[in-house]
Amino acid sequence: MHRIGVFVCHCGTNIAATVDVKAVAEAVREETGVVFSADYQYMCSEAGQTLVQDTIREQRLTGVVVCSCSPRMHEATFRKAAAKAGLNSYMVEIANIREQCSWIHKDMVSGTEKAIILARAAIAKVMLNTPLTPGKTPVTKRALVIGGGIAGIQTALDIAEAGFDVDIVEKQPTIGGKMTQIDKTFPTLDCASCILTPKMVDCAQNEKIHIYSYSEVESVTGFVGNFTAKIKRKARFVDEKKCTGCGECVEKCPMKKVPNEFNLGLDNRKAIYIPFAQAVPKVATIDANYCLMKKNGKCGLCSKVCGAGAINYDQQDEIIEEKYGAIVAATGYNPIKIDKFDEFAYSQSPDVITSLELERLMNAAGPSNGTLVRPSYLSKQDDHEAHPKTIVFVQCVGSRSTECRKGSKEYCSKICCMYTAKHAMLIREKYPDTDVYVFYIDVRTPGKLFDEFYRRAVEQYGVHYIKGMVGKVSPRADGKLDVQGSDLISNEQLHVTADLVVLATAIEPDKTARSIGTMLTASMDTNDFFTEAHPKLRPVESPTAGVFLSGVCQGPKDIPETVTQASACAAKVVGLLVKDELTGNPCVAHSDELMCNGCSACEKVCPYGAITYSDKEFRQPDRTVAIRRVASVNPAVCQGCGACTVACPSGAMDLNGFSNSQIMAEVDAVCR
Amino acid sequence: MQVNGEFRPLIVAFCCNWCSYAGADLAGTNRLNYPADVKIIRVPCSCRVNPMFVLRAFQRGADGVILCGCHPGDCHYTSGNYFTRRRMTLLFSMLDFMGIERERTRVEWVSAAEGAKFAKTMNEFCEAVAKLGENKRLEDLRCKK
Repeated sequence: MHRIGVFVCHCGTNIAATVDVKAVAEAVREETGVVFSADYQYMCSEAGQTLVQDTIREQRLTGVVVCSCSPRMHEATFRKAAAKAGLNSYMVEIANIREQCSWIHKDMVSGTEKAIILARAAIAKVMLNTPLTPGKTPVTKRALVIGGGIAGIQTALDIAEAGFDVDIVEKQPTIGGKMTQIDKTFPTLDCASCILTPKMVDCAQNEKIHIYSYSEVESVTGFVGNFTAKIKRKARFVDEKKCTGCGECVEKCPMKKVPNEFNLGLDNRKAIYIPFAQAVPKVATIDANYCLMKKNGKCGLCSKVCGAGAINYDQQDEIIEEKYGAIVAATGYNPIKIDKFDEFAYSQSPDVITSLELERLMNAAGPSNGTLVRPSYLSKQDDHEAHPKTIVFVQCVGSRSTECRKGSKEYCSKICCMYTAKHAMLIREKYPDTDVYVFYIDVRTPGKLFDEFYRRAVEQYGVHYIKGMVGKVSPRADGKLDVQGSDLISNEQLHVTADLVVLATAIEPDKTARSIGTMLTASMDTNDFFTEAHPKLRPVESPTAGVFLSGVCQGPKDIPETVTQASACAAKVVGLLVKDELTGNPCVAHSDELMCNGCSACEKVCPYGAITYSDKEFRQPDRTVAIRRVASVNPAVCQGCGACTVACPSGAMDLNGFSNSQIMAEVDAVCR
Repeated sequence: MQVNGEFRPLIVAFCCNWCSYAGADLAGTNRLNYPADVKIIRVPCSCRVNPMFVLRAFQRGADGVILCGCHPGDCHYTSGNYFTRRRMTLLFSMLDFMGIERERTRVEWVSAAEGAKFAKTMNEFCEAVAKLGENKRLEDLRCKK
């Protein structure tokens, strides 16, 4: 038997001015199930709440309807009050008679009439409410960070700092990511390695951080607080525990012609290699595609010279399984492939390079030991032609493109304007005899000290900025490059004879991002950037609970922004891991196993991957046992949108708090 | 329903909790008027609205039904409003076939910041439905006492 109490709030004159609250209280008293109704000046006040609580006790109410302001305002207040009086907090419904009634209607008659209808709808709904208890799930106090670039490193360090265990999974043999390849950073012009490598070492030395380098995440199952990940440790044919990183093996390896990815193929490395001097972990890795021993079983030199006995040609890939409470995607970016951009002659001339290649050419640890040379003269650096006298920078190569050319991007890559200003400035500083031209669409320099930095490049260093795009780069027989472009300000065609052309290539999410996103059931946009839970208010969380976003995997960012986001992400992870258990939202979907026919329609529309199927035994009327495939909802993952309830053809799916019968009852009450 | 000799339609509005219901609240906070004919039912997401609910409203004598959700791409649950768009396109064309005029059904995207748009939409919708008059076609008289 229902015993509903209805409480009508005056809200001073906010409601009472256009709604006859006494008439509303009077009218609803006649409704089936209602045993009590009253009006009060301010229902949300202490006295008002006490009235509700006392009535719950005295009248032994089974449900409460408060006719007041929006549930977005005080639903939580009245639920809490009801719970204190011993009534399940989900037995409270709000009729919104302020924002959606008294404030918009001027006429007392229609306002009162509508308020009564809204109250009736709430009463009809509360009659069908069921007491709900939020579920609790324990939290595994360990975080997984996928990607060991500056974003992953910063997130891991901050989480470890707060006292939680973190595993970093990095697919390369060393952590550090793209930042290790960068020479100097804007706008301070300090050296990237000098600020990054100490952080890498911190990671390696921190007891709370475990680095799985040369490893990939194979699969992720579970949900917030309770993920299980399988991590594949790829065979590097070197025992990580034994290797001291002395480099003796690298010295002796006879296989010298392997393109060096760290220097973007500008020079070669050996088949056994340590990516760079400050690599973490500093452990050699054998590239099985080139190793003579792995290919034809003849050589074994590295094994002979290794004093630590770390070389193991028979090492196999290893799968590790670990439990995590939170997962951070920090998968980073890559410059796009620009082979398709024929007009810039990238594949025809070695002297047309990308900006990241220029970083390596300017870096002291790079293929030219820091002397800026044309790549065509890398082997003969003493030639007087080796040093480029005229350099043309082309901005927005593949960025901000409205064409449908394969590989080009609609978005702005954000970092190019600033790093080009940096490159131009560094070159003019070191080689004042060099002419530097920058062709641009717009120069975008929002950021602290950014515009000042760009203006220094123009005013102090005399870099020629030309508003306009480059139409064609043609290599000449003498090795120089003819650059044709337009100057939109003087409205004329320009021809520049350049020694070096540098393309500010668009950046795109790493190729692995999509598969990792699918694994985590985290949503992604059309460009494969991870989507945030809210673009403004929840920028470091994925809509999938327990999955967090760090760095460029969420959108183009420079280093300061990446570090900011990485730390913000860590704060969110710590906020989750610090809890012993998670309290769920009980308004989640549930399936009636007796009605479910296992069709998978619900699974397909669920944006969270909350629905799973299992075979269950059912007792038939003839006492035999039948096995059927039925859906079940994981309440810790379900966010309660209700998409599945509508997709379900048999009506087996329903949503707590917004059930089919509840909404139908509201419709009926409104249309009565 | 006749009020003072003038026909007033009965409008059922389903609003998603995150955008449109908040937009309706904002219309209230800004004191933007729209007819009292509109009765709002709160749902977590526009995709929670089963076509059955729309049919039920017409069966019980509603003159118009409107669904409001987050703008495409802004759904709190990522993809819910896309389902709404597809489901309702299908349902409304079926209703049209059954003689429920297109003007009586509508899907509208209203964000939490668009109080003015909410009020404007409701004013327009009420006016359009009022012009059509009562909807008797699907009304089930057995439901009336």
